[in-house]
Amino acid sequence: MNKPSLAIRCQQLTKTYQGKPPVEAVRGVDLEVQAGECFGVLGPNGAGKTTTIEILEGLLPPTSGSVRVLDMEWRTHELEIRQRIGVSLQETQLSDRLTVAETITLFRSFYQDGLTADESLKRVSLTEKAGAWIKNLSGGQKQRLSVALAIVGDPDLLFLDEPTTGLDPGSRRQLWDIIRSFRDRNKTVMITTHYMEEAERLCDRVAIFDQGRVIAMGTPRELIASLGAEHVIEFSLQQELAGPGKRLLQEWLSRLPTVEQVDVSNGSVRMTAAESHSALGRLFEELEHRQLEITSLTTRHASLEDVFVQLTGRHLNDDSAE
Amino acid sequence: MIRPNRNGTVVTHSQSNRPSPLWNLTTSRLREFYRKPEAVFWVYFFPILMVVALGIAFRDKPIERITVDVLASSGSTELVRALAADPRVKVLEFDEATCRQRLRTGKSDLYVVLGESSRYLVPAVDYVYDPTRPGSVVAKDLADQLIQKAAGRVDPVTVTVQQYNEPGSRYIDFLVPGLLGMGLMGGGLWGVGFAVVDMRIRKLLKRFLATPMRKSHFLIGVMTSRLFFMVPEIILLIVFSWLFFDVRIYGSWITLFVLVLLGAVEFSGIGLLVASRARTLESVSGLMNLVMLPMWTLSGIFFSYDRFPAVAQPIIKLLPLTPLIDALRKVMLEGATLTMLGSELLIMSLWSVACFGVALKIFRWTD
Repeated sequence: MNKPSLAIRCQQLTKTYQGKPPVEAVRGVDLEVQAGECFGVLGPNGAGKTTTIEILEGLLPPTSGSVRVLDMEWRTHELEIRQRIGVSLQETQLSDRLTVAETITLFRSFYQDGLTADESLKRVSLTEKAGAWIKNLSGGQKQRLSVALAIVGDPDLLFLDEPTTGLDPGSRRQLWDIIRSFRDRNKTVMITTHYMEEAERLCDRVAIFDQGRVIAMGTPRELIASLGAEHVIEFSLQQELAGPGKRLLQEWLSRLPTVEQVDVSNGSVRMTAAESHSALGRLFEELEHRQLEITSLTTRHASLEDVFVQLTGRHLNDDSAE
Repeated sequence: MIRPNRNGTVVTHSQSNRPSPLWNLTTSRLREFYRKPEAVFWVYFFPILMVVALGIAFRDKPIERITVDVLASSGSTELVRALAADPRVKVLEFDEATCRQRLRTGKSDLYVVLGESSRYLVPAVDYVYDPTRPGSVVAKDLADQLIQKAAGRVDPVTVTVQQYNEPGSRYIDFLVPGLLGMGLMGGGLWGVGFAVVDMRIRKLLKRFLATPMRKSHFLIGVMTSRLFFMVPEIILLIVFSWLFFDVRIYGSWITLFVLVLLGAVEFSGIGLLVASRARTLESVSGLMNLVMLPMWTLSGIFFSYDRFPAVAQPIIKLLPLTPLIDALRKVMLEGATLTMLGSELLIMSLWSVACFGVALKIFRWTD
């Protein structure tokens, strides 16, 4: 099959929900997803991830902007696109009293070509649950079935909206493997998530969403590198600092070797550094010199979470920030 | 179904021989239904319960007892004796106020007052009765007959009577076709309407929309599965009424079957239309009651719609339920054939097509 180089392309996408007041869920999003990549849409709840993906899936009309999926437009080629994409929605309650096999056979019947029911169950490791009623599946099994239903038409492009939300770490990893093996067949995946670890591990490229806009885009490595410093040092001071003391602290911390960014709030400090050992060495000397005591200290590699924090000043899963 | 591979080769992709989506949609709905035993019980048991209750309440019994009061006065004993000659009449004597009150509250059917006789030298009586109560009217006529006879009237014509109470003429015979129609209406509306809105709430409709499924296949599948539930319900009801109330079908079974199918299609179409936009179970049940209420009262389930004013008749006849019940009665009681039911079949077909078409157009797939 002659594959388009771009699986998804949208330009200046906006979506405003009518209401009092109107909600601008998406405010001008441009995305280009290459064929064969796993593209992550990362952002906090309410950032416009689901609205965006549902517009791309042809389930919601955009308020303005253009969308091309597999080089076709929804308006003119809806059925052709549907035959070639697979979708897993955020919260679909399948019929409780149908078996796994019956459900997958039902969905298979909608597609002209596709996998056999057995094969798609095998790919999500649900073969032994084929005869079970859906109401007797665990959360992780339900999510795997949802993915099986999405791939049963053997799609070129797979949309997954928060497939791992609410799952335990084991089930989450299992789902990552399934998604990776799908991608390894040279197919395209678009996945939304609010877990930065998931985006980092799974996605070739990531778009970080906040308040209806894309605030950063690139490979996870590029985004983390954009911080200029790959290490994060966090510590808490015994003393509370305010006003001039806080400003002073910020100033001398910024002058530590290889330190890029410093955040001081109350008694806790978060800073990024290119080389943690040289920054830490001087930090201890300075603390001793200034007679400041620290109660805790951690260092780690920077993550997409830190990128988000640097761009917005908020944490990714900090619901109180909304 | 999942089957082990017979020839050892691994089949991972398939193209041909896939079962049709319409078949799969229909069987899925059927499976969901019969895997809920409590739902099956109520769907099939409730109409029978209804026939039993109404059949007993409205069984045609001869008038057994007529209560006649007599205003106590000097000559009233003779009057009481005359009335008591008929074993069906129960006679009691009271003062005026009590007589009046007993008539007003329905404890008696009539009271008789011995009138002034001095002016004409013949006895005279007054009947006080309620002309709107059939029992009261019958009581007046019977009391008059007894009193006149006791006073010496001789009937010039000799009469004999035969009692007629054949199957086909009783109230239960009139009622069962009405209940069949009501069952088809309720089953179609509730069954389809609730299932569809429930699927919308569960976002299953949205999930279907995300596949290349044809929308008409889904709607036809829902309707077809409804037909399959309906047939046993109707058969059960007919067999039950035949066994316990001796209700017979004078027309052909095939004609009746065609009518039942068309009725099921018609009302599942209406159910789809009612459910085509609703987002909550509350709103869809409100809408369904609104749609059904006029038909419950006007379409002749329990009594003939001839009782409504003449101006309303053309409108009543156009309601979706009226032609169904009319046609069912004509087939079951008069033995009508399909060719005699042209106008009924036409009205029902028009409702079916119109509702399905509009539902398909305005159907809300997302939430």
